Amino acid sequence: MPGKWKETAKIVGQTKIGKGIYSMWLQTEEIAGHAVPGQFISVYCRDGSRLLPRPISICEIDREMKQLRIVYRVAGKGTEEFSKLETGGSLEIMGPLGNGFPLSRMEEKHHAMLIAGGIGIPPVVELSKQLPGGKSIVVGYRDELFLTEELGKNGSVFIATEDGSAGTKGNVLDAVRENDIQADIIYACGPTPMLRALKAYAQEKGIECWISMEERMACGIGACLACVCQSKEVDGHSHVHNKRVCKEGPVFLASEVEL
Amino acid sequence: MIDTRVNIAGVELKNPVMTASGTFGSGAEYSEFVDLSKLGAVVTKGVANVPWPGNPTPRVAEVYGGMLNAIGLQNPGVDVFVERDIPFLRQYDTKIIVNVCGRSTEDYCEVVERLGSEDVDLLEINISCPNVKEGGIAFGQNPASAEAITKAVKRVAKQPVIMKLSPNVTDIAEMAKAVEAGGADAVSLINTLTGMKIDIHRRAFALANKTGGLSGPAVKPVAVRMVYQVANAVKLPVIGMGGIATAEDALEFILAGATAVSVGTANFFRPAATIEIAEGIEEYMRKYKVDAVTELIGAVR
Repeated sequence: MPGKWKETAKIVGQTKIGKGIYSMWLQTEEIAGHAVPGQFISVYCRDGSRLLPRPISICEIDREMKQLRIVYRVAGKGTEEFSKLETGGSLEIMGPLGNGFPLSRMEEKHHAMLIAGGIGIPPVVELSKQLPGGKSIVVGYRDELFLTEELGKNGSVFIATEDGSAGTKGNVLDAVRENDIQADIIYACGPTPMLRALKAYAQEKGIECWISMEERMACGIGACLACVCQSKEVDGHSHVHNKRVCKEGPVFLASEVEL
Repeated sequence: MIDTRVNIAGVELKNPVMTASGTFGSGAEYSEFVDLSKLGAVVTKGVANVPWPGNPTPRVAEVYGGMLNAIGLQNPGVDVFVERDIPFLRQYDTKIIVNVCGRSTEDYCEVVERLGSEDVDLLEINISCPNVKEGGIAFGQNPASAEAITKAVKRVAKQPVIMKLSPNVTDIAEMAKAVEAGGADAVSLINTLTGMKIDIHRRAFALANKTGGLSGPAVKPVAVRMVYQVANAVKLPVIGMGGIATAEDALEFILAGATAVSVGTANFFRPAATIEIAEGIEEYMRKYKVDAVTELIGAVR
């Protein structure tokens, strides 16, 4: 069983990279050395009134330096607390958690489409770095762009914006169609409506599609059964139709889960 | 040499610290952070006669100093539990307490009978889950029903029976007396307090189930008060829980009359909380020169 660690990580640096969006590099002992693309960490608040860890996806991994990058949106008081932390400060984290994207599928496949929307974009950065083979990266934003530069280093990037301020006006699938992007495998992360549309698209085109899901979590390690998603097959843990997003996921084969 | 042993209905625990049902699975996930052999007991997630799918998501929400949950007792059923989880827990030098849930008296009794031939130390009967429509709390809010289900379970049980009480009642001492009259060997309390959270931006309930059970440090004073009331109302050993996150919290419960304590929500924010609490109790005993933890049980009157 791959290990998990709870650590006090040192903040190497934090910058604001967009409206309410922050990028933080963390110095870890073990976590960065064992993390893979698509996994996440639990980040704990210092304020005792906020008990539950915040699950935040891993954006980049520097194994050599044992550093991790997280990019997150301020969505409430917990993430607001993190956004105020400064270089040299510390943060309680646990990880690496979840399964990650299956990179080995590229042994059979030729060209991958990496599709992400909004705050689902960060995990695709490390994925684009580590995924072998050809890849087209399609990212959707409301308006303001972030992480496009990093993504551009690892493949051709296609942008969709809701307001049309950059790239295709519309969503990620509009960009896929407009640019006639072809692939035999999809890796995706983003809001549920986007994942639902991608699942339908992949099914129609007969493309293998892996999606990273999110759900409200408590323990982050598979014990509390808070963050389940409905699965097509009976799950191995509870023998019902509920897979744990934090444990069996967050990455699932789209055809395996009900959205 | 300090003595941290306590006794629940003839079962000796090496220390008074156990896990609270539903927060710790059957221990496998937390065994990466906690040496289960250092715990007095592991109390498992509720197990029913057949697999239960639980409630729709979102199942949890954070509130000030606590959380709401409405998992709805998702569990794999007693067969899988017996084959997979009991052998796992038996690798460790700890006591196994199986939490049992059901929709009807027959459901509870079926699980209790099935566990009779299994290597488990104690049974905890959940008549206090606020998140399921049938069974659960329905048995735990009326003294006559609580006494009746206790009697029915005791008739078939091979292991000592702990009845887990709900705080969502007018008089918890009366409920404790009812299960005592029904033949319970111990009581545990409190289960969660029914609560609600509304997302004002979405103008919707935070939980799919609308209501959920409140747990965490926010409930602790209520739990300490109820443990005190129950400990003074019945002769049974009391297992206290509700917001315990530190050794100081645990000691409050013990001084109020709890023989043992369960740690629940704290596992989510400090995965090694159980061990830290067990060690903290020992430290307190050394500091105040307490030879046996049993001297502390109900010491505040």
